Amino acid sequence: MTGRVRLLVLAVGGIGLAVLFALAAFRLPGFGGTVHPYGQRTLPNALAHHTPNVISSINFDQRALDTLGEELILMASALATVLVLRTVRAEQEESAGEHAYGAAQVFDALRITGYLLLPITLMTGVYIVAHGYLSPGGGFQGGVVLGSAIHLVYLAGDYPALARIRPIPMFETGEALAAGAFVVLALWFAGQVKAMNAVVGLEVGCAFVLALAKFFEQALLVRKDS
Amino acid sequence: MSEVLIIAALLLTAFMATAVVLTRDPARQAIVLSGYGIVLAVLFVVLQAPDVAMSQTGVGTVVVPLIVMLAIHAIRRHHTREPDEGDES
Repeated sequence: MTGRVRLLVLAVGGIGLAVLFALAAFRLPGFGGTVHPYGQRTLPNALAHHTPNVISSINFDQRALDTLGEELILMASALATVLVLRTVRAEQEESAGEHAYGAAQVFDALRITGYLLLPITLMTGVYIVAHGYLSPGGGFQGGVVLGSAIHLVYLAGDYPALARIRPIPMFETGEALAAGAFVVLALWFAGQVKAMNAVVGLEVGCAFVLALAKFFEQALLVRKDS
Repeated sequence: MSEVLIIAALLLTAFMATAVVLTRDPARQAIVLSGYGIVLAVLFVVLQAPDVAMSQTGVGTVVVPLIVMLAIHAIRRHHTREPDEGDES
């Protein structure tokens, strides 16, 4: 594809997007108005199903099918990351032990902060998942917190420790089981907001850990055969 | 009052977004992007969307800059290890 054709394709796509966006934006209700058609429909439903956090009610009850699609997209992208960033034949992986990113190379203040924040962050993640149906938060937000929290162990200066506390096969299994459980819940047990919250939290956490693990391997361990 | 807050948050977001674009070194850009993520989360809170703000904080402030940093590190490492080999990545 020459540069000119590429620009043409980009221009067609860009103009199409601009037209559609403008059409959609002009039909939006006014900013900060008193009429909320969507809110008027979702709010009574959320209260009728005893889910105080309306967003969670929409995500896991009223529009659970949309969330199902999103979950499968996330799983597909985590899977793709694992596949694309696998160690190929021309490369080899160093064992994590060879990387003594240990005490000497990290400031003490950073290490202490990392170790102190780890339990607090994990607790926050569990809280956000568990209270998702009550207060702002939910499976996705909590899952992201949980999935990124364990990387504080690396921030505190130790890659081997991080590799030990996140065995990849366990997280792959967790990811698959949680995604499967969510499909079953979304299709056959509609309205189980708490259970879906928990399952999504597990799935999202595992997906982020897996994807980040592959990036860590590429950044620290994988090298070409010499 | 709330409109002043919204305008201030919007201006701050525009400022940080410009800062991200104007930072040319990818490693520094990842850090500035992280700051932009926090400012965007503040905007979402001001607009009364705390759920979205939480997702934004997690993904935009932590995960995306972390992935960018790791990718930059991987590329630099491959380039310094094998200076003679043509690196196709």
